[in-house]
Amino acid sequence: MSTAIAGPEIERLIQLLARLPGLGPRSARRAALHLIKRREQLLVPLASAMQTAIEKITVCRTCGNIDTQNPCTICADPRRDPSVIVVVADVGDLWALERARVINARYHVLGGTLSPLDGVGPQDLAIEALVTRAHASDVGEVIIALNATVDGQTTAYYITDLIADAGVKVTRLAHGVPVGGELDYLDEGTLSAAIRQRTPF
Amino acid sequence: MNWTDEGIVLGARRHGEASAILELMTREHGRHLGLVRGGAGTRLAPLLQPGNTVRATWRARLDEHLGNFTVEALDLRAGSFFSAAHAVYGVTYLAALCRLLPERDPHAQVFAALSHVIARLDVVLTAAPIIVRFELNMLRELGFGLDLATCAVTGARADLAYVSPKSGRAVGLVAGEPWRARLLRLPAFLRADAEDGAVSTTDVIDGFALTGFFVSRHVLEPRSLVMPVARERFIAIVAGAAADVA
Repeated sequence: MSTAIAGPEIERLIQLLARLPGLGPRSARRAALHLIKRREQLLVPLASAMQTAIEKITVCRTCGNIDTQNPCTICADPRRDPSVIVVVADVGDLWALERARVINARYHVLGGTLSPLDGVGPQDLAIEALVTRAHASDVGEVIIALNATVDGQTTAYYITDLIADAGVKVTRLAHGVPVGGELDYLDEGTLSAAIRQRTPF
Repeated sequence: MNWTDEGIVLGARRHGEASAILELMTREHGRHLGLVRGGAGTRLAPLLQPGNTVRATWRARLDEHLGNFTVEALDLRAGSFFSAAHAVYGVTYLAALCRLLPERDPHAQVFAALSHVIARLDVVLTAAPIIVRFELNMLRELGFGLDLATCAVTGARADLAYVSPKSGRAVGLVAGEPWRARLLRLPAFLRADAEDGAVSTTDVIDGFALTGFFVSRHVLEPRSLVMPVARERFIAIVAGAAADVA
């Protein structure tokens, strides 16, 4: 029989922390103890930051990004190239591209990819908003930066079909050998894509 | 509980941080799910794409458990589908169709047909009639097989031209003429006496209309499902490819 070792407030904190990605019950217990021990330095500022986040974070009405302002910082930035839209599945993908600092464009977050397995259809994604944006006169290119999975590519082709009449250049990310990848360990699909999309030296 | 079988990946859903729940269409064990530890990682994720063929070993303490899969690649085709829209739509739709089968119910014929069609997905006009036949096969496996061998009115085996939307039985050209507006057209390549050879695009589109009608009515509507968008896009590509050829 298990007995509670702390009050319900602490147990509740542990349970909630255990639901975060990468944390199990044991690590949640350690994190909770760490927060409690550093109450003033960590727990109070964290609670305050979370409260502020709850109050201020919204979804950008233009691109679907999350931010504390609407339109988001990216959409409101006049230095961004308004003629290029990078289509991503999730905000995490947007952050990944921003971390890489490879493109100074605007984004469109779909909110996922088409997935019959998960019951996600076109109506569950921000595809209509993308089609409307792609038809705007100042847009010249749509870069489809979706995952190299069957679901990701099905979504990519579906979007391409819908914006075919928009008169914009539609491109997608290249598939091939990742940095640090050894050919011997790559799957045939990646190798064939890499050979097809080879570039001159 | 422990078995090893060949399977075609229908899909994989992320489970927790690093694992995935894999859905396979296996040769002897039907549509089967299991947990793949590390399935969301960079080493295994490429294997778990729809259309790939793997050798899977399933282990569980009890038969009714979800169990764990360990998988080894046999034929990794999924990456090659990415360069053609019809192939991506095709494999997505085929996986959705197989998902209609009950779990753990052996359907060796479906496995064989799925292997056949996936291996021919690279050429759209070759794949299209095979997918129509696959749909007919699926209807039969699900208990809604169509009788396309004899005329429902006369019992004749020749000159079959229509299918009754009510009974799912073939109707002869002459017997069906007065009701042709209400009957579905039976394309030549789906008749029992059909010979192998090139299939016209009109026949393929009619075939999709025929199978689509019965798949919707008998299988999707009772489960409150809608026809996957991938099928509609695949048919649009077939029609477009035919126009290009013409």
